[in-house]
Amino acid sequence: MKNRIKVLRAERDWTQADLANELQVSRQTINAIEKGKFDPSLPLAFKLSILFKTSIEAIFQYES
Amino acid sequence: MSDKPNIYNETERESNKNLAFFTALWLITTALLAFGPTLIWDEKAWLNILAVVLNLISGALMIKANIKHLQKLDELAQKIFLNSAAITLGVLMVVGVCYELLFFTDLINSFEPRISHLYFVMGFTFIISTYLGHKKYQ
Repeated sequence: MKNRIKVLRAERDWTQADLANELQVSRQTINAIEKGKFDPSLPLAFKLSILFKTSIEAIFQYES
Repeated sequence: MSDKPNIYNETERESNKNLAFFTALWLITTALLAFGPTLIWDEKAWLNILAVVLNLISGALMIKANIKHLQKLDELAQKIFLNSAAITLGVLMVVGVCYELLFFTDLINSFEPRISHLYFVMGFTFIISTYLGHKKYQ
Protein backbone atom coordinates (compact mmCIF):
# COMPACT_ATOMS: atom_id res chain seq x y z
CA MET A 1 0.00 0.00 0.00
CA LYS A 2 1.36 3.44 -0.93
CA ASN A 3 0.92 6.39 1.38
CA ARG A 4 1.51 10.15 1.60
CA ILE A 5 2.58 10.27 5.24
CA LYS A 6 6.07 11.57 4.47
CA VAL A 7 4.64 14.42 2.37
CA LEU A 8 1.94 15.28 4.91
CA ARG A 9 4.51 15.20 7.67
CA ALA A 10 6.93 17.41 5.72
CA GLU A 11 4.16 19.94 5.02
CA ARG A 12 3.73 20.32 8.77
CA ASP A 13 7.47 20.25 9.46
CA TRP A 14 7.09 17.25 11.77
CA THR A 15 9.81 14.66 12.31
CA GLN A 16 9.14 10.93 12.45
CA ALA A 17 9.75 11.13 16.19
CA ASP A 18 7.09 13.89 16.50
CA LEU A 19 4.56 11.74 14.68
CA ALA A 20 5.50 8.68 16.73
CA ASN A 21 4.97 10.72 19.92
CA GLU A 22 1.54 11.85 18.79
CA LEU A 23 0.44 8.32 17.86
CA GLN A 24 2.23 6.66 20.81
CA VAL A 25 4.11 4.16 18.67
CA SER A 26 7.82 3.72 18.02
CA ARG A 27 9.71 5.78 15.43
CA GLN A 28 10.55 2.50 13.70
CA THR A 29 6.83 1.90 13.12
CA ILE A 30 6.39 5.31 11.48
CA ASN A 31 9.46 4.72 9.31
CA ALA A 32 8.22 1.26 8.23
CA ILE A 33 4.76 2.66 7.36
CA GLU A 34 6.24 5.56 5.38
CA LYS A 35 8.44 3.21 3.38
CA GLY A 36 5.46 0.95 2.65
CA LYS A 37 7.07 -1.98 4.45
CA PHE A 38 4.30 -2.21 7.02
CA ASP A 39 0.59 -1.55 6.66
CA PRO A 40 -0.95 -0.02 9.79
CA SER A 41 -4.09 -1.35 11.45
CA LEU A 42 -7.40 0.42 10.84
CA PRO A 43 -7.35 2.16 14.27
CA LEU A 44 -3.85 3.54 13.56
CA ALA A 45 -4.92 4.63 10.06
CA PHE A 46 -7.87 6.51 11.63
CA LYS A 47 -5.53 8.16 14.15
CA LEU A 48 -3.35 9.33 11.25
CA SER A 49 -6.39 10.60 9.42
CA ILE A 50 -7.57 12.57 12.47
CA LEU A 51 -4.08 13.94 13.11
CA PHE A 52 -3.59 15.09 9.52
CA LYS A 53 -7.24 16.27 9.33
CA THR A 54 -7.83 14.40 6.08
CA SER A 55 -9.52 11.21 4.94
CA ILE A 56 -7.87 7.79 5.07
CA GLU A 57 -8.16 7.57 1.27
CA ALA A 58 -6.16 10.80 0.97
CA ILE A 59 -3.35 9.21 2.96
CA PHE A 60 -3.33 5.61 1.74
CA GLN A 61 -3.67 4.30 -1.81
CA TYR A 62 -4.27 0.61 -2.30
CA GLU A 63 -2.09 -1.09 -4.89
CA SER A 64 -3.42 -4.35 -6.26
CA MET B 1 3.27 19.66 17.36
CA SER B 2 3.21 19.20 21.14
CA ASP B 3 6.33 18.33 23.11
CA LYS B 4 4.66 15.54 25.03
CA PRO B 5 7.01 12.65 25.82
CA ASN B 6 6.65 9.37 23.94
CA ILE B 7 4.87 7.35 26.61
CA TYR B 8 5.16 4.27 24.36
CA ASN B 9 8.97 4.21 24.70
CA GLU B 10 8.72 4.54 28.50
CA THR B 11 6.00 1.86 28.67
CA GLU B 12 8.14 -0.50 26.56
CA ARG B 13 11.15 0.08 28.83
CA GLU B 14 9.07 -0.61 31.95
CA SER B 15 7.59 -3.72 30.34
CA ASN B 16 11.09 -4.99 29.43
CA LYS B 17 12.22 -4.47 33.03
CA ASN B 18 9.16 -6.29 34.34
CA LEU B 19 9.71 -9.22 31.98
CA ALA B 20 13.42 -9.39 32.85
CA PHE B 21 12.56 -9.45 36.57
CA PHE B 22 10.12 -12.37 36.28
CA THR B 23 12.45 -14.26 33.93
CA ALA B 24 15.29 -13.85 36.45
CA LEU B 25 12.96 -15.00 39.25
CA TRP B 26 12.06 -18.12 37.26
CA LEU B 27 15.75 -18.81 36.53
CA ILE B 28 16.60 -18.51 40.24
CA THR B 29 13.82 -20.90 41.28
CA THR B 30 14.88 -23.29 38.47
CA ALA B 31 18.47 -23.24 39.76
CA LEU B 32 17.13 -23.81 43.28
CA LEU B 33 15.13 -26.82 42.09
CA ALA B 34 18.07 -28.20 40.10
CA PHE B 35 20.81 -27.81 42.71
CA GLY B 36 18.97 -27.30 46.02
CA PRO B 37 18.10 -30.98 46.74
CA THR B 38 21.74 -32.13 46.57
CA LEU B 39 23.69 -29.00 47.52
CA ILE B 40 21.50 -27.19 50.07
CA TRP B 41 18.81 -29.26 51.82
CA ASP B 42 20.02 -32.82 51.37
CA GLU B 43 16.98 -34.28 49.54
CA LYS B 44 14.34 -33.37 52.18
CA ALA B 45 11.03 -34.25 50.47
CA TRP B 46 8.99 -31.28 51.70
CA LEU B 47 11.69 -28.85 50.54
CA ASN B 48 11.78 -30.57 47.15
CA ILE B 49 8.00 -30.12 46.85
CA LEU B 50 8.30 -26.48 47.95
CA ALA B 51 11.00 -25.88 45.30
CA VAL B 52 8.74 -27.41 42.61
CA VAL B 53 5.77 -25.26 43.70
CA LEU B 54 7.93 -22.09 43.74
CA ASN B 55 9.27 -22.96 40.29
CA LEU B 56 5.78 -23.47 38.86
CA ILE B 57 4.44 -20.26 40.44
CA SER B 58 7.37 -18.18 39.17
CA GLY B 59 6.98 -19.83 35.75
CA ALA B 60 3.30 -18.85 35.65
CA LEU B 61 4.22 -15.28 36.66
CA MET B 62 6.83 -15.16 33.88
CA ILE B 63 4.26 -16.33 31.30
CA LYS B 64 1.80 -13.67 32.54
CA ALA B 65 4.53 -11.00 32.32
CA ASN B 66 5.32 -12.15 28.77
CA ILE B 67 1.66 -11.84 27.73
CA LYS B 68 1.44 -8.35 29.29
CA HIS B 69 4.68 -7.40 27.53
CA LEU B 70 3.28 -8.48 24.17
CA GLN B 71 0.07 -6.48 24.75
CA LYS B 72 2.06 -3.32 25.54
CA LEU B 73 4.11 -3.43 22.33
CA ASP B 74 2.97 -1.33 19.37
CA GLU B 75 1.57 -3.13 16.30
CA LEU B 76 4.86 -3.44 14.38
CA ALA B 77 6.73 -4.73 17.44
CA GLN B 78 3.87 -7.20 18.07
CA LYS B 79 4.15 -8.45 14.49
CA ILE B 80 7.93 -8.94 14.83
CA PHE B 81 7.48 -10.68 18.21
CA LEU B 82 4.77 -13.02 16.93
CA ASN B 83 6.73 -13.87 13.77
CA SER B 84 9.78 -14.69 15.90
CA ALA B 85 7.64 -16.80 18.26
CA ALA B 86 6.20 -18.72 15.28
CA ILE B 87 9.65 -19.35 13.78
CA THR B 88 10.99 -20.43 17.18
CA LEU B 89 8.08 -22.83 17.73
CA GLY B 90 8.60 -24.42 14.32
CA VAL B 91 12.38 -24.70 14.65
CA LEU B 92 12.03 -26.16 18.15
CA MET B 93 9.58 -28.80 16.96
CA VAL B 94 11.64 -29.83 13.93
CA VAL B 95 15.02 -29.75 15.69
CA GLY B 96 13.61 -31.38 18.85
CA VAL B 97 12.19 -34.40 17.04
CA CYS B 98 15.26 -34.73 14.80
CA TYR B 99 17.62 -34.44 17.78
CA GLU B 100 15.85 -37.25 19.63
CA LEU B 101 15.78 -39.45 16.51
CA LEU B 102 19.51 -38.92 15.97
CA PHE B 103 20.05 -40.54 19.36
CA PHE B 104 17.67 -43.44 18.76
CA THR B 105 19.22 -44.15 15.37
CA ASP B 106 22.70 -44.07 16.94
CA LEU B 107 23.84 -41.15 14.82
CA ILE B 108 24.87 -39.49 18.06
CA ASN B 109 26.04 -41.79 20.80
CA SER B 110 28.70 -39.87 22.69
CA PHE B 111 26.09 -38.05 24.81
CA GLU B 112 22.41 -38.28 25.60
CA PRO B 113 20.07 -35.59 24.19
CA ARG B 114 18.72 -33.33 26.92
CA ILE B 115 15.81 -30.92 26.88
CA SER B 116 18.15 -28.19 28.17
CA HIS B 117 20.06 -28.35 24.86
CA LEU B 118 16.86 -27.30 23.11
CA TYR B 119 16.57 -24.20 25.32
CA PHE B 120 19.76 -22.93 23.69
CA VAL B 121 18.28 -23.57 20.24
CA MET B 122 15.08 -21.82 21.33
CA GLY B 123 16.84 -18.73 22.73
CA PHE B 124 19.22 -18.49 19.77
CA THR B 125 16.40 -18.82 17.21
CA PHE B 126 14.23 -16.22 18.95
CA ILE B 127 17.08 -13.70 19.23
CA ILE B 128 18.16 -14.15 15.59
CA SER B 129 14.61 -14.03 14.20
CA THR B 130 13.78 -10.92 16.28
CA TYR B 131 16.98 -9.23 15.06
CA LEU B 132 16.16 -10.09 11.42
CA GLY B 133 12.57 -8.92 11.95
CA HIS B 134 13.76 -5.52 13.14
CA LYS B 135 16.23 -5.31 10.24
CA LYS B 136 13.44 -6.10 7.77
CA TYR B 137 11.32 -3.14 8.90
CA GLN B 138 14.17 -0.59 9.24
